[in-house]
Amino acid sequence: MLHYMEIIFTALFMENMVLSFFLGMCTFLAISKQINAAAGLGFAVLLIQTITVPINNLIYHYLLKPDALSWAGFPGLDLTFLGLLIYIGVIAAVVQILEMVLDRFLPALYYTLGIFLPLLTVNCAILGGSLFMVEREYTFRESVFYGIGSGGGFLLAVVALAGIREKLEYADPPAGLRGLGLTFITTGLMALAFMGLAGISF
Amino acid sequence: MPEKKSELFFNPFFQRNPIALLVLGICSALAVTGSMATALVMSVCLSLVVAFSSLIISLIRHQIPNTVRIGIQITVIATLVILVDQILKAFFYDLAKQLSVYVGLIITNCIVMGRAEGFAMSHTPLKSFIDGLGNGMGYGFVLMTVSFCRELLGSGTVFGHEVLPLIADGGWYQGNGLMLLPAGAFFLIALIIWALRTIYPNQQEKD
Repeated sequence: MLHYMEIIFTALFMENMVLSFFLGMCTFLAISKQINAAAGLGFAVLLIQTITVPINNLIYHYLLKPDALSWAGFPGLDLTFLGLLIYIGVIAAVVQILEMVLDRFLPALYYTLGIFLPLLTVNCAILGGSLFMVEREYTFRESVFYGIGSGGGFLLAVVALAGIREKLEYADPPAGLRGLGLTFITTGLMALAFMGLAGISF
Repeated sequence: MPEKKSELFFNPFFQRNPIALLVLGICSALAVTGSMATALVMSVCLSLVVAFSSLIISLIRHQIPNTVRIGIQITVIATLVILVDQILKAFFYDLAKQLSVYVGLIITNCIVMGRAEGFAMSHTPLKSFIDGLGNGMGYGFVLMTVSFCRELLGSGTVFGHEVLPLIADGGWYQGNGLMLLPAGAFFLIALIIWALRTIYPNQQEKD
């Protein structure tokens, strides 16, 4: 159990998707002006990440990795080069299905997450999560926890940044730094703060 | 909309830099800038992918049904990225290991999608190709600037050659550890944006 806790904590803080791997930056910067919107985006990422990482893990183990197709009578087949295409396909499909399911059964949640869901297909944090899962050779169970951790890390970072940016509205920076420049500096300081947690070990 | 081909190529460097002005594609921009070699490879890969995906999409733009255009664009881009990835793994294995997942992430790089959707779908193949190349190089320009500062100040080297001898190796320069951390990249990008926006005040954001 401790091992799984470690995966979650590492993905949440020390190896935070946004602040130490720079993934999902575009959405992170674009949708962090208000806390409400940021929280909606964060939860959408958490949800999709928790679903797609384990699914891609199953696909990798039973379809793509070398010798994976021996159960179907094709030993020695290595389809890893198709990985990228298939992961992005799975992500797009999951996003689409999730959108329809939410629309049908949970309309309130659907309208909250609404515009963010389709955007997430091209969010590098989502694809990055699947690629890291493959690179680190997680088992199925580890991948579930990694999905939760990395999605949660994004949620944490985006809500925190939105909180800071709401306060920064009242600041008076040099004209050239206004907006984007200041956001980058804030993100840098947040990255430093998250690094401070790197000392935690299990 | 600039019409001359030279403008199409050079504008993305300073005036309409995809990273500094449009905030596109920074995801991978920051991650590979720890050393200049990886940043250079990444810039070349991305320039090639943007240029050729724009060319291909522009060539088939009259055949693409409007409703499924995003899917088709992603497929074209993903195929090109897989090609680049396989070539890197075959001929430059060490670099491919260092770049790890970031080559694959070119697929979701907003610059590529942005140029495909925003330019290639409505312009001739040659123009799209030049525009793609220009945007790739504009991205590369920021990447190389950031990685030059990070590698020089962080570990005292340029492309792995020693320029500022470190104290640890008997020299006089104390490496700046902050530059090697992710945070260093954020601060550098902020400074570049600040500089560009001071030179071109029309890029400044209004309150």
